[in-house]
Amino acid sequence: MQISARRTENTTIFDVSGDIDLANSPEMRKALLGELREKRTPRVIVNLTKVRYIDSSGVASLVEGLKASRDTGTRLLLFGLSPAAREVLQLSRLLKIFEVFENEEQALAS
Amino acid sequence: MSKDVLLKVELLSDPNLLCVVRATIEQLTELFGFPPPERRSVTRAVDEALTNIVRHAYGGQPGHPIEIVFRRVPPQRAANRGDGLEILLCDRGPAVDPLKLRGRRLDEIKPGGLGLHFIRQSMDTVEFTRKRGVNQLRLIKYLQGARHDSNS
Repeated sequence: MQISARRTENTTIFDVSGDIDLANSPEMRKALLGELREKRTPRVIVNLTKVRYIDSSGVASLVEGLKASRDTGTRLLLFGLSPAAREVLQLSRLLKIFEVFENEEQALAS
Repeated sequence: MSKDVLLKVELLSDPNLLCVVRATIEQLTELFGFPPPERRSVTRAVDEALTNIVRHAYGGQPGHPIEIVFRRVPPQRAANRGDGLEILLCDRGPAVDPLKLRGRRLDEIKPGGLGLHFIRQSMDTVEFTRKRGVNQLRLIKYLQGARHDSNS
């Protein structure tokens, strides 16, 4: 997995690529919590377009990010879900809990 | 090795090897005849099972043995199911507390506890046993429809 950030004044977009699993989900968790809980960036968007697979530890990291956003009054948005990513969020009944968008333009416009 | 055995994998409890196993299962399930959603289901179930072994059976410690055996099992014609792919995952960690095998309720939004839920949702059969110091998780996924069975 690789993760990089694009930052503007009020928004950070994390571009994630590769598989998110037990080996690397702590890295994504650290990036999300650093942005939401420490920097309190008003809007954090996760680009999952190039994520082929995400496991339960990856979902847990996203949930921790969501809880951090609620605690701090910020927003966590997702876009570009692959079939595998969409399936795990459906299986865990989280698809309607997250703000999910088809693409970056829609996420930025929200 | 039994003629029904399709593949046997021995690996150590290293999270960095999970992607190797996933790639193997993706290829094997395609060869077996599963359509893409079922391939993802089997891959997800085995990946989550391995994650549980690494995290819980071996406490996140690398270097402990895990064995995975993939076998073809007979169809369940009465249920209109074709051949099954049976996957046995074995580890030598401590005995698993049966209470922890239930998984958590999903009406709470909290991280963790989803792996077992994913496994149960993804497979047709999920059985835990412990024999002679070995934890064994038996998973089966059947091809849907008798036309997929090996005799057709």
